[in-house]
Amino acid sequence: MKLNLKIWRQGGKYKGEFVTYPNLDVNPDMSFLEMLDVLNEQLVSQREEPVAFEHDCREGICGTCSLVIDGQAHGPMKGTTTCQVHMRHYHEGETIVIEPFRAQSFPVIKDLVVDRSAFDRIIQSGGYVSVNTGQAQDANSIPIEKEQASKSFDAAACIGCGACVAACPNSSAMLFTSAKVSHLALLPQGHVERQKRVLAMVAQMDKEGFGKCSNVTACEAECPKEISVENIARMNREYLGAVFVSDKKMG
Amino acid sequence: MATALDSKIPAGNINEKWESYKGHVPLVAPNNKRRIDVIIVGSGLAGASAAASLGELGYNVKCFTFHDSPRRAHSIAAQGGINAAKNYRNDGDSVYRLFYDTIKGGDFRAREGNVHRLAEVSTAIIDQCVAQGVPFAREYGGLLDNRSFGGTQVSRTFYARGQTGQQLLIGAYQALSRQVSLGTVKLYNRHEMLDTVIVDGKCRGIIVRNLLTGAIERHSAHAVVLCTGGYGNVFYLSTNAMMCNTTAAWRAHRRGAYFGNPCYTQIHPTCIPVSGDYQSKLTLMSESLRNDGRCWVPKKAEDRLKDPRQIPEEDRDYYLERRYPAFGNLVPRDIASRAAKVACDEGLGVGKSGLAVYLDFADAIKRKGRAAVEAAYGNLFDMYAKITGENPYEVPMRIYPAVHYTMGGLWVDYELMTSIPGLYACGEANFSDHGANRLGASALMQGLADGYFVLPYTIGSYLSKEIRTGPIPTNTPEFDQAEKEVRDRINQLINLGGSQSVESFHRRLGKIMWDKCGMARNAEGLKQAIEEIKALKAEFWKDAFVPGSTDDYNPELEKAWRVADFIELGELMCRDALHRNESCGGHFREEYQTDKGEAERDDKNFMYVAAWEWKGEGAEPTLHKEPLVYEEIEVVQRSYE
Repeated sequence: MKLNLKIWRQGGKYKGEFVTYPNLDVNPDMSFLEMLDVLNEQLVSQREEPVAFEHDCREGICGTCSLVIDGQAHGPMKGTTTCQVHMRHYHEGETIVIEPFRAQSFPVIKDLVVDRSAFDRIIQSGGYVSVNTGQAQDANSIPIEKEQASKSFDAAACIGCGACVAACPNSSAMLFTSAKVSHLALLPQGHVERQKRVLAMVAQMDKEGFGKCSNVTACEAECPKEISVENIARMNREYLGAVFVSDKKMG
Repeated sequence: MATALDSKIPAGNINEKWESYKGHVPLVAPNNKRRIDVIIVGSGLAGASAAASLGELGYNVKCFTFHDSPRRAHSIAAQGGINAAKNYRNDGDSVYRLFYDTIKGGDFRAREGNVHRLAEVSTAIIDQCVAQGVPFAREYGGLLDNRSFGGTQVSRTFYARGQTGQQLLIGAYQALSRQVSLGTVKLYNRHEMLDTVIVDGKCRGIIVRNLLTGAIERHSAHAVVLCTGGYGNVFYLSTNAMMCNTTAAWRAHRRGAYFGNPCYTQIHPTCIPVSGDYQSKLTLMSESLRNDGRCWVPKKAEDRLKDPRQIPEEDRDYYLERRYPAFGNLVPRDIASRAAKVACDEGLGVGKSGLAVYLDFADAIKRKGRAAVEAAYGNLFDMYAKITGENPYEVPMRIYPAVHYTMGGLWVDYELMTSIPGLYACGEANFSDHGANRLGASALMQGLADGYFVLPYTIGSYLSKEIRTGPIPTNTPEFDQAEKEVRDRINQLINLGGSQSVESFHRRLGKIMWDKCGMARNAEGLKQAIEEIKALKAEFWKDAFVPGSTDDYNPELEKAWRVADFIELGELMCRDALHRNESCGGHFREEYQTDKGEAERDDKNFMYVAAWEWKGEGAEPTLHKEPLVYEEIEVVQRSYE
């Protein structure tokens, strides 16, 4: 089938503009990124610079791929990363608009590639358990209720792709940050540092310039791992608890 | 000229080697650690765990990754689990049994000393990960759950749904992030290592390219550790992530690090089959699926394209259960892959291409209920459905083997040091622990064992002699020369000005490798492959085209460098496969098989590690041999019948 692509290009000879690539020949079994590979092969053969986009595992787990496709982060399918979107969901002659994840805290590097290192800095601010190698006790010494472990896992499934930020009208990173806060707060191993952690991570999140949460919940709707906004509620509770109970200063 | 290599395995009883080594290895005092710089290249399980652990010990660590974040490393994609000899199931497991299974699984081509150490530290890995907050699967009593994996008769695999690699990597990433915040580790995202720098015979640093600006940078250290993964993408199509490459290892090889057993490649039996020429990568379906899925093909070729649900039981050949009743669907990967190939070669392969077999869950769904199957494998089933457009709860999966892991890698001794003093290799990047075939759930185990529990001890042996060295300058002729060579090669690539895309060369290389150095190999084909690859290399340097500029974000330029290295490695792999006149594990030479079509080893002539030395452009590499000595385990023909 033939498709038209309208792609954001930025950097080099492009100032930041949409460029249309008409009539691309696409096989319905291709993945979305394989379609971009085909486009890039054509551009290279015409001595044009290919469209820069990020991708790696192409299995939906590494969190490298991004893209806002027709206005939706990771495209039209629920719970799916861009690399797992297949072209059989599109129709002959359609025009697809492809943009980068847009957010003040995710500056564009080139075309569809943005800098998401703010997420690393949020984790570095406290998204861990302070245990050195070799300090651990036997793994079965603390039983954890299956349900509880499972809830923690649901939050830990976050792949750090940044779709939540791209989907949010305020470019808030609450879903990402709360997923890590929840993952660790729900486990006994993470209890000791839970107050310090939530204060530090929220402070870093604000410092990176991410917006506030106004309960739009677009983040949950577009999250490829279907991380629940329950985590945001949990983080708010954790945060308030830490502010009132803790003598630790914010930030 | 070949020389025998010394692996430096400590003397003594197998149970005492590691304990005794740890008791005697020289230490570096805390005040001296502050004066020692260590570079870690890569941030996957091995790299992140090594960087975090060395940072905790007090070394000055720099960690480099070409990803935008350490959390993207391909360890993240591992699905099924991680082995450990915890014996929580009381089913007869022990350190010795994990050791034995791994040696046997590797078809008696791995070192006893290394593998026993791996089995010993396996239990501490699980403890460490749980303490970090890794949400492993649990039972209703709140204790850790296990499942079984190929090549074993116990349940020793710990797992986190189908995302074990992700959860373990996040654990290591968090530990690494903590050290970054404490200032012991400095992180360099989006930096790719393009060469090592050797000063007076020791590895003293690396040359990297900043992938955003194109800037070439020099970094010095008292030791350099490569945790840069495997080279499965030499086959173009593999289950590896798109950016996985051999460049760091290959560049080190060209500087003098020997390459061990390059031809040992793992072809994983359960991957989603190739569907078209546009395909960019293959997707693995975890080996854990073989706990409940049954592999079969139709008995009659005319049933190939029939709806599998309409094929009655008596017309199906559950070939693994028939050929290997003791292990059934849970035979090791090399055996399951070859059995699938045999079935397809006999014309019984299913699907349009005829290159697929069924993996059927109908029995498991009937026995346990759909909900239980969904709980265990839901995310894998979803992934399958997304990619193929078919529902595996209703129709059997179609699967076919695909390149997945490389057992070969940089040759290292017991201390994980390569043949260049001061240069180490950990995880999949080294050749060390899996022999000629890796068992499922052992890659995660080895990556973390190396990074958390082995390297932090062994690196002290070398660094204890470096405490008086002082900071290593980068304004020396060796750094000048290495940087110049990197710049020259980049300029050469960007100015090739030919007519063919780098991608097209990669695809052609992959086809040569898969056809002639893949699941089955023979001398004739390998000789042809070597000639074809030489010609491909010449054509690449004459007619490839790399767009863009050198001082900008340019993924095409990155790819061009990597593909050029893959081409050289491909030739070495074929040479290694050609020289090894036997079949063992993943290396199946058609000339050497038993009456039943199993791999036939030649222990008399090939019970050694082949370690290849680079001798310069166009020159034949030199083969060094490390004899494998089995003191503990009786070497037998591997049988899973």
